[in-house]
Amino acid sequence: MTAVTTPTKKPVTRARPGQSSPKLAYLPIIFLAFAIGIPLLIIVVYSFLEKPSQGTGVKWVFTTENYRALFIQEKLDGTTAFDTRYIKVLWTSFYYSLITTVVTLVFSVPVAMWIATREARKRTLLVALVTLPFWISILIRTYGMRQIIADEGPIGKFLGLFDISWSILYSPPATILGLIYVFLPFMILPIYASAERFDFRLAEAAYDLGAKRMTVVRRIILPSIRPGVISGVALVFIPALGSFLQSDMLGGGKTNMVANVIANNFGQARNWPFGSALAVLLIILTLLFVLIIQGIAQRRGDKVELV
Amino acid sequence: MSEKFLEIRNITKVFQTPEGGEVRALDDVTLDIAAGEFFILLGPSGCGKTTLLRSIAGLEYPDSGEIVLQGQRIDDKPPYDRPVNTVFQSYALFPHMTVAGNIAFGLEMENVDKAHVATRVSEALAQVRLEGYENRMPSQLSGGQQQRVALARALAKKPKVLLLDEPLSALDLKLRRGMQVELKRLQRETGITFVFVTHDQEEAMSMGDRIAVFSEGKIVQLDTPVEVYRRPVNAYVADFIGETNLIKGTVASGGIALPGGNILPTDQLAADSVIPASGPVTVAIRPEDLVLATNGMISGTVRDVIFTGDSVRVYVTVGDVEIIASLASYGTEIPAQGSQVTLNPENRAARTVAS
Repeated sequence: MTAVTTPTKKPVTRARPGQSSPKLAYLPIIFLAFAIGIPLLIIVVYSFLEKPSQGTGVKWVFTTENYRALFIQEKLDGTTAFDTRYIKVLWTSFYYSLITTVVTLVFSVPVAMWIATREARKRTLLVALVTLPFWISILIRTYGMRQIIADEGPIGKFLGLFDISWSILYSPPATILGLIYVFLPFMILPIYASAERFDFRLAEAAYDLGAKRMTVVRRIILPSIRPGVISGVALVFIPALGSFLQSDMLGGGKTNMVANVIANNFGQARNWPFGSALAVLLIILTLLFVLIIQGIAQRRGDKVELV
Repeated sequence: MSEKFLEIRNITKVFQTPEGGEVRALDDVTLDIAAGEFFILLGPSGCGKTTLLRSIAGLEYPDSGEIVLQGQRIDDKPPYDRPVNTVFQSYALFPHMTVAGNIAFGLEMENVDKAHVATRVSEALAQVRLEGYENRMPSQLSGGQQQRVALARALAKKPKVLLLDEPLSALDLKLRRGMQVELKRLQRETGITFVFVTHDQEEAMSMGDRIAVFSEGKIVQLDTPVEVYRRPVNAYVADFIGETNLIKGTVASGGIALPGGNILPTDQLAADSVIPASGPVTVAIRPEDLVLATNGMISGTVRDVIFTGDSVRVYVTVGDVEIIASLASYGTEIPAQGSQVTLNPENRAARTVAS
């Protein structure tokens, strides 16, 4: 008699479709936790330490002096005064970022709508063109920008033909121009993503109900692409606040943004604790803006998640 | 019927296909729609009926021709300058506005004052029997309810002409039947002229005062539902409206020779049938106009019998063609599959049609 062996069924744990193993996420999560958490911790700790009497680094003595120094200046005669220098730098950064955000927004809405209304084949191509700048290093692009807007660059030479003087390099407008140039795609892409989903039959319905062109844009199209606009604003404003390359290379160091001051304290000024304190302040302000933008998004009931 | 209300004069619209070809969506279409009429534009998809509707709405501009409403040309006006409104196939409700917001939108465009807007919104909602839904979002409504909101939104504008672009095609059969009755009621109550696009011939017949049957950008027949059904001008209309046996035969002495050696005497055809002196001819017979008979004129073999409840459908092979007869469910002996039967056309309802 042959023994009949019933095949023992191995319990198969198979992931259901759409369900992925959390194990795959462990490594990147650990990596991110270290890569973001540790430097952040170092910055926070350093911001409460003293600067060594000479050389770089920190002296392991607790102090809150660095934060005081952000706002209060100690004069040589021992008196103290309110110091507006760093507030001004922060204001400059905020102001440049705001202009950048507004200009890129105004440029991006028509571009995104135009791309979204092309036929599918052209859309893919146009989106690829928008992302084209990402293929080239930001450093090289900023160098390129410097050549273009230089006094003797193509624009300057062309305007020279009409005896119009052109000199914007190493000035605030050059910095802002650089910011707009770098951040424009980050505004176009999320707005396009929203615009592509827009049902243009809604615009037809609005026309049919008696709306004119601008009313259709204001009351039907803009509300529909608002999630994209909010994402775009967050993706442009927040990184713009922390940029330093444009003001360094195009602004000529004359128009400092807060990130330039931070970099300078870790470099030439050799004041790591103060640089850290300024960095912590910038992080807090950035977080504040993120919360504000998210608050607006939530109040509107849009599905935008930033934090 | 009163004098001319909405006149479509020689409208032509040509679309370019992406491949570089041309499609004549509307080919020199002329028709008059009377005030207060429930007018149907009927045809298969791509026949031009929706293009005509969109041309009236102003969402499409014809290449040539005129559209005149109450003596005023409107074809060159933008949509917001035309006293017509549309109920879209997709409903096109604004997803970010409440039901009330959707309906109020069109009124706000006319600068109706706020208090008045609220009254007209609730009036419109009452008309479509959706009282109390003011603060819902469109996403919280069923398809049928969205349909009603779309209707209320257009009606609130009190248009001179209401254009409806296959508004019921997304609803299930039962809901569709209910909405058909309600649309008829609304049209009667408001007195607004309805221009209704559909590809569903049954819907067209049950609702329309008159039907324009479209094919390839042209009107093939324009008449009342009864006339279009009873007197189709050609095989296309006969086949499209309702169900028809189209049988090809030849003119013979004393009648028309049909497949299988059957002869249909001329005096059995509708009196106004046009019978050529000789040659091929197409005979149209509705399934319900055929009855079983002893020694009938058309003999054949029963291939299939399908009992549908209110009728019995008998598929009869006659020569090399198949004829469908729809027999009354009661009082008829149901023939067995494979048996020989003979059929007679009743009431001289069979007719010749141009192919």
